[in-house]
Amino acid sequence: MVVRRIVKYTVLIAIALFFLTPVYVMLITSFKPLEEVSLSEMWALPSAIDFSSYTHAFSELAPNLMNSLYLVIPATLLSAILGAMNGYVLSKWRFKGSEVVFTMILFGMFIPYQSILIPLIQFLNKVGLYNSIAGLIFTHVVYGLPITTLMFRNFYANIPDSMIEAAQVDGASFLGIFRRVILPLSITGFVVVAIWQFTNIWNEFLFAVTITNNNAQPVMVALQNLSGSQIVQWNVQMAGALLAAMPTLLVYILLGKYFVRGLLAGSVKG
Amino acid sequence: MKITRDQLMALLFLTPSFLLIVIFVYGFIGWTGWVSLSNWNTLMPDMSFAGLKNYIYLFGDYRFQADLRNTVFFTILFIGFVIILGLGLAILLDQTKKANALFRNIFLFPMALSFVVTGVVWQWLLNPSTGFNQFLQVFGIQPKWYTDTNILAGFQWGSIEFGLPVAMIAVVIAAVWQMTGFSLAMYVAGLTGIPDELREAARIDGASELQIYRKVILPMLTPITMSVVIIMAHISLKIFDLIYAMTGSGANFVTDVPGVYMFETTFRGNYYANGAAIAIIMLLLVAVFIVPYLINSRRGAS
Repeated sequence: MVVRRIVKYTVLIAIALFFLTPVYVMLITSFKPLEEVSLSEMWALPSAIDFSSYTHAFSELAPNLMNSLYLVIPATLLSAILGAMNGYVLSKWRFKGSEVVFTMILFGMFIPYQSILIPLIQFLNKVGLYNSIAGLIFTHVVYGLPITTLMFRNFYANIPDSMIEAAQVDGASFLGIFRRVILPLSITGFVVVAIWQFTNIWNEFLFAVTITNNNAQPVMVALQNLSGSQIVQWNVQMAGALLAAMPTLLVYILLGKYFVRGLLAGSVKG
Repeated sequence: MKITRDQLMALLFLTPSFLLIVIFVYGFIGWTGWVSLSNWNTLMPDMSFAGLKNYIYLFGDYRFQADLRNTVFFTILFIGFVIILGLGLAILLDQTKKANALFRNIFLFPMALSFVVTGVVWQWLLNPSTGFNQFLQVFGIQPKWYTDTNILAGFQWGSIEFGLPVAMIAVVIAAVWQMTGFSLAMYVAGLTGIPDELREAARIDGASELQIYRKVILPMLTPITMSVVIIMAHISLKIFDLIYAMTGSGANFVTDVPGVYMFETTFRGNYYANGAAIAIIMLLLVAVFIVPYLINSRRGAS
């Protein structure tokens, strides 16, 4: 029995080390000056901690980090609000055909975005939103609708119908119930959906790279450009990758429980 | 039929989103389909009808054939490893109660990262002359990772060599590293949902631990496996950012996929009609998995 336990833990620890390796390499590489970033010393600790790659990466990425911030906050809020409205109707005010409507919305979650990208860019060009953060916000709100609707619908399904009925008996209307019964119970739902949308929008690349160029680019595009541009400075790249990953990593570390709930809620059930 | 004020409000709530979806999902897919049948293969839009010309071109195109081959192998390996590793780790965590939260957090954190970050980091780790090769040298092997142009178990079919492109393995490693946390979280949730009484009952009937997993627990996890397969399949069929950030097309297109080809041909080469045709084929590939699943799970829900 003891042997079996040791084997199990050994396997777990070995795989955990494998999962952590990229973090170790990122950290040590990002703290090295360029002359220490050699292939043969890839795994060695830096001889002294050097922040120059962070200052370099930060000066390159700072405008794009701000772009991502301007993008992610309104896009997350708007898509969460619309998702809550849809979820409320599709769980508590079902009508003939509402299941079909829901399935139609849900399908939008799975489409490869390549299949709408050309008309989307034509459209954004027409309305003057191409190469703007506003255009990206709009895009993320629209294509975030399926997942936020799904998540709120499943969340509201857990609120008993009897509460709605009781409020109706008390004379509350559709809007009154939403404001006084549903929204106060939605805080967890909003946290879960907001974390999910924040992470996805921050990390998104295809829309970002096709809808924006230069001054409106979010950070993931800038990070990708950082690797493509000059001779590869691995220490700067690793520092840049860490900077770009920091917001979502912080969310994961601080709100891990809700992060996991979001993962599970996004897995199409109910 | 009389509609109450409340019902009207409900419809009003749903209408903006519904219209957005109808236009921006279904309408735009239709428009992409129309573009794919046009002659718009320059910078200037040209919507004259070309029939299936763009599709016929693609299926004869060496690069697109390589893309389809790579997608098949990427999807199979990626889903296979994500499920085996996720399920294996979930069972291990289920059996060893100590430090569970810590291990779970370690396996899950890559999910918080972007595919671009993953691509950048693994590009460095799997750099052919460094990284993991320094460990592997001890065993006398030195893979070229994503720069390898070899095709394993290859056979010629038409102009293209089928088989597993070795360079794809590097991309699979990065993708599995990133996405295993998802299947792990799903399986952990599934395992906690199985009541202890069931295991107790099986134990009393004299079943061994292995038998309990094989006969009781695994069958109960089948719906979860289904969900994982569907979600991973749609991710892998449209994968773009990881490969774009990590390897690009690779020499002789050994790591090219339709997502990368679509992007480059449309937005770098201005072959809009060809790009639209690739996009429509990608959509059809995804739909083959998704539509039956959606219809099925909707039917079960209502």
